[in-house]
Amino acid sequence: MSTTPLAMIEIRAVTKRFGRFAAVDRVSLTVRAGEFITLLGPSGCGKTTLLRLLAGFETPDEGQILLDGMEVSHLPPYRRNVNQVFQSYALFPHLTVRENVGFGLRMKNVPAADAGPRIRDALAMVSLDEMADRFPHQLSGGQRQRVALARAIVCRPKVLLLDEPLSALDAKLRHTMQLELKHLHKKLGLTFVFVTHDQEEALTMSDRIAVINRGQIEQLGDASEIYHKPRTAFAADFIGQANLLNVTVTGRNGTTARVRLDNGLELTVAAAGLPATAKSALVSIRPEKICISKQRMDSENVFAAHIEEEIFRGATDQLRLVTEQGTKLNALVANESAMQEAFHEGDRVWCGLHLDDVVIVQTD
Amino acid sequence: MSAVPAATELAPTDSRRPGWRAWALLAPMVLWLLAFVVVPTAILLVYSFCERDEVGGVIFTFTWENYHRVFDPVYLRIFVRSVYYAGLTTVICVVLGYPVAYYIARASVERRNQLLLLVMVPFWTSFLIRTYAWITILKQDGLLNGLLLSMNFITEPLGLLYTPTAVVIGLVYAYLPFMILPIYGSAEKLDNSLIEAAHDLGAGPVRAFSSVIVPLTMPGIAAGTLLVFVPAIGMFAITDLMGGAKVPMIGNVIQNQFLQARDWPFGAALGVIFMLMFALTYVILQSRGARHAT
Repeated sequence: MSTTPLAMIEIRAVTKRFGRFAAVDRVSLTVRAGEFITLLGPSGCGKTTLLRLLAGFETPDEGQILLDGMEVSHLPPYRRNVNQVFQSYALFPHLTVRENVGFGLRMKNVPAADAGPRIRDALAMVSLDEMADRFPHQLSGGQRQRVALARAIVCRPKVLLLDEPLSALDAKLRHTMQLELKHLHKKLGLTFVFVTHDQEEALTMSDRIAVINRGQIEQLGDASEIYHKPRTAFAADFIGQANLLNVTVTGRNGTTARVRLDNGLELTVAAAGLPATAKSALVSIRPEKICISKQRMDSENVFAAHIEEEIFRGATDQLRLVTEQGTKLNALVANESAMQEAFHEGDRVWCGLHLDDVVIVQTD
Repeated sequence: MSAVPAATELAPTDSRRPGWRAWALLAPMVLWLLAFVVVPTAILLVYSFCERDEVGGVIFTFTWENYHRVFDPVYLRIFVRSVYYAGLTTVICVVLGYPVAYYIARASVERRNQLLLLVMVPFWTSFLIRTYAWITILKQDGLLNGLLLSMNFITEPLGLLYTPTAVVIGLVYAYLPFMILPIYGSAEKLDNSLIEAAHDLGAGPVRAFSSVIVPLTMPGIAAGTLLVFVPAIGMFAITDLMGGAKVPMIGNVIQNQFLQARDWPFGAALGVIFMLMFALTYVILQSRGARHAT
């Protein structure tokens, strides 16, 4: 196997077992230098274990991990040029902010004359210059988060590992920090490996997302690809909302095909990726892709439905539709302004669906 | 203990101010402390300024004579020796106890309980019986000498018993659990991610230990030091039994003044000085602890 010069991290068929349970199961992944990659998955999927393997807190049972072309699989964390931002921040309570940030430099025996300016720069980078002499318990959650970040970047690691660093912050602060992290990533040009279970966070921040489930990477791609073209039912369901429907192929016509839902509704879909006629498949339809109107519209797929339930969600309205055939679908519409049609429970509406918005996620 | 001073800091209208129920709950303890700590200490203080009559009675006068005697070189030497043995005991207890406590704290929960039980098993037997057991181990024809002789490590039995070494062995044995338990207490609370963070930032095992683990378990070490040093310095049973009364420590001297010598005022003065030493040790440890906390 040859290493591309730009690969910062190469994970080659790595397996990590705890007892008989494989937390990470033959995972391979290459991360480019300077990339912001997110490991996304539910709790217990193995994303944190994968991060810990990169940090060196765990060693792989099988496979190899290369960091900037060098095999590090069995190197202890203190010999790897990576730094981690911990979920709990793990700030040293007996040290001031300055001493916390300087800890890594002290361990690497950086002379004080060098360390001083570097600590100042790192603190300035996270706008905490004023807080240098405080202790962690005197800071707010967001400030602690920044200290943890400054402490990790001051050592100029090749890779910055972030273990759900925003999960303890409130929603507003989380959004601010998301953007700040993204800016920091641009400014530093470091490779970021970000672990989260929050799909929105993943979509907002990452260059690429690895969707992880049961110790394996289900799908790897950029945010738009992951969102619009989920390749598995899990990926479709975990990221955003999805209507997952069983269909049977009834016929083909060039590049399009007809499929029938279990209870009779027929749809026209793109033929690519569909199994042969009479075979079944699982398709995903994003709720916001269903176009709703009181008037019958012109589209590949048009069907009538009535609104069974309306849930107000602020900027959007979530509608539970039931088609004439009895198929239940979730739809999402922008919350109406006075200029638009309003939809309410019990209304009869027309639904339109573009054939490309029906994504095949699983075939038999 | 802090409940009483804290109460005075509350505003009179504060609804959290302890009412009669709180005082009723505290009363037994307050009475106990009053009767068995405050009053005896006051008596001791009064006696320390009194004189002794020929038959060992106490003449109520006021004299500094007893305190002058305390600073006699004979007694100062015993004080210094006591501090030295108790200090040595404390240091050995830290060195032996820390790894044990740390290991127990890092073990799995069920294993932790088993190991803690083992630490406390000695308390099931009387302290005196355990000390006599050490005598049979260390004496001239005891177990240790027998073992070493039969293995040809030594040709002559070692004279271990009735030496300072025996006293320190006895003290370390007696007080080791009091060092292990508080260190365990603080090591158990130590967040593992802090140790990982230290490693992550380039600290090898030794530096992670010295710059993160030790500072964060310092409260346990300080508490253990207090729990070992203070009783060890006043211990008289072990020095009597294992030191053969040849290496008296301050506890023996005080015991002697009250019993054999029947010089209660002088014993009281020794006791007062002794208590002031504890208070000083405590204040020093507290202020260091407070510095760490802020």
